[in-house]
Amino acid sequence: MFSIRSYPGGPGCQSLRPTRPSSRACARASPRSNDAGSRPSRAAALPFGLEAIDGRLPWRGLPLGAVHELHAAGPDVEVGAAPALFAAGVLARRPGPVVWIGQRRGVFVHGLLQAGLEHGRIVFVDAGKAVLLAMEEALRHPEVAGVVCELEGRLDLVASRRLQLAAEGSDVLGLLIRRSRRFDDPALRQPSAAVTRWRVGTLSSPPPLAHAPDLSGLHRPVWRLDLSRCRGGEPASWTVESCDAQGRLAMAAVLADRQAASARPRALAG
Amino acid sequence: MVDARPDDDAAALERLAAWCLRLSPMTAADPPDGVWMDVTGCAHLHGGERSMLDLLLEHLGNQGFAGRAAAADTPGAAHAVARHGGEQVLVVPSGTHVDAMALLPVASLRIGPDIADGLRRLGFDLVGQLATTARGPLARRFGDGLLLRLDQALGRVHEPIQPVMPPEVVSVRRTFVEPLSTAEAFATVIPVLVGEACAVLERRGQGARRLDLVYERVDATIQVIQVGTARPVRDVRHLGRLLDERIEDVDPGPGVEAMRLVLPLVEPLSYAQPATDLAGDRTGEADLSELVDRLTNRLGPGKVYRLQPVESDVPERSQTPCPRCPPATIERRLHDPRDGHVPSGCWSGRSRCRRWR
Repeated sequence: MFSIRSYPGGPGCQSLRPTRPSSRACARASPRSNDAGSRPSRAAALPFGLEAIDGRLPWRGLPLGAVHELHAAGPDVEVGAAPALFAAGVLARRPGPVVWIGQRRGVFVHGLLQAGLEHGRIVFVDAGKAVLLAMEEALRHPEVAGVVCELEGRLDLVASRRLQLAAEGSDVLGLLIRRSRRFDDPALRQPSAAVTRWRVGTLSSPPPLAHAPDLSGLHRPVWRLDLSRCRGGEPASWTVESCDAQGRLAMAAVLADRQAASARPRALAG
Repeated sequence: MVDARPDDDAAALERLAAWCLRLSPMTAADPPDGVWMDVTGCAHLHGGERSMLDLLLEHLGNQGFAGRAAAADTPGAAHAVARHGGEQVLVVPSGTHVDAMALLPVASLRIGPDIADGLRRLGFDLVGQLATTARGPLARRFGDGLLLRLDQALGRVHEPIQPVMPPEVVSVRRTFVEPLSTAEAFATVIPVLVGEACAVLERRGQGARRLDLVYERVDATIQVIQVGTARPVRDVRHLGRLLDERIEDVDPGPGVEAMRLVLPLVEPLSYAQPATDLAGDRTGEADLSELVDRLTNRLGPGKVYRLQPVESDVPERSQTPCPRCPPATIERRLHDPRDGHVPSGCWSGRSRCRRWR
């Protein structure tokens, strides 16, 4: 599944801990921004644009050149639809080609368009059992903006460390969607060398029409976003509205702040 | 019953002439049904002219071609003897082609049927009769063509053949003092072979699209590793890495005594200025071809693709893989219910929109 090849520099040569970002590097949104003539900084991060989330992350955003694990919650763990949309939304905010690796063909490009990730940017790879190998190859390619890998089953520490080292060398954003056939799989709870671990769970969205409170499910989907592991940071969780067509999250309106119910009778609604 | 396709036949004959290059460096197609080979200085490599022709017919027979072969001093004589000699393989000893031609019918001289009929009406049945008669009246009656063909067949006039240009395949070979059997040894040889091939490609302004690395084993068997690239490449590091990754597929057996790198498919590759950080912003498209090559060679064809939206009401059919398509415009987006338009009755064939707000 994972070929044993000598790694340039050796696995022990580089520190596993990401360097703490300087404040100047944090301010830069992307290593390919208009900062002419400078080499991409390893500590660059991709901010979410939401102070509530960015403020809790030590890099003020998702650090580039790192691997992030995305988990699903509940029965979605078998498919990983919400984490896939989350990954698409993250990569929609970064220019450049995207490599999407899965065991077999199972991605619906129109769905990714919801989160703003256009199909022309994506190269799909059906890697069978060699998903990790394909992901490592893709992470080493410096021209790639991001790599999404759908991995089913366990990921051992050595493999995840290789992925992390590959990503650190090239400033590629690695997103690893962890799936499992089993509910509450203990393999998904094991530690890995990924920098952050997110859990994206779906919540029922509020009714779209204030005058029809029992009509649900048509509003912008709402996610419960848990940061369950974060190197150098603390776990946190948020309730967010899912990615819009530009891949941006939004904080969900607190129930108390929502629009007052209209007095219009329901019969007129349809 | 199949319609005749003369163009295809001519193309196949050209290919057959190119195939015959393995026996002689100078071959030419002789439409509609022949191939000329200049075997001067080549026959002894195959044990003489007779065994060379036998070998040729045997190989052709294996490919499904039935043929007749003849060797003679002049192309015209060989042409005539092969078609009218009455034997499948006939070698006319050197210097006797005039005698051999004397007993052949005049139709063997590559002349039109009307000239052959005219000659027969005048009582000329054999080439020998024609060769000994006066040339003047023949030229007056039948034109210069007849005498030219006669002279060419008898060797009085030189007849050049237009040889096919051998397809220039880049091929580099290394033989070893002792048989190699370890992966490290192969990994040492591969950059040498690739570097040599890339130097040839650079002189020609070409890049490789397909590479065959042939491992020739001591027990006279070969193993071929084939890799392909998405676009023409002559980067030693990239090509070497593609071949390195496939070393594990090779079974060295008792040892490999020679390795040969053949580039059967090359395409023009011009120089391009690489993008640098000095230029400010990077304008060019990101080049993923190296990654795509490596993943394709490792995972197999069809495993690396792009998805293209197509018009269909069935979601499963609304996307199709395309191996290397340019990004197309997006024709379809999922409906956002908050826009107010919700399609209803999509599956009944006619789409109606209902306005919510």
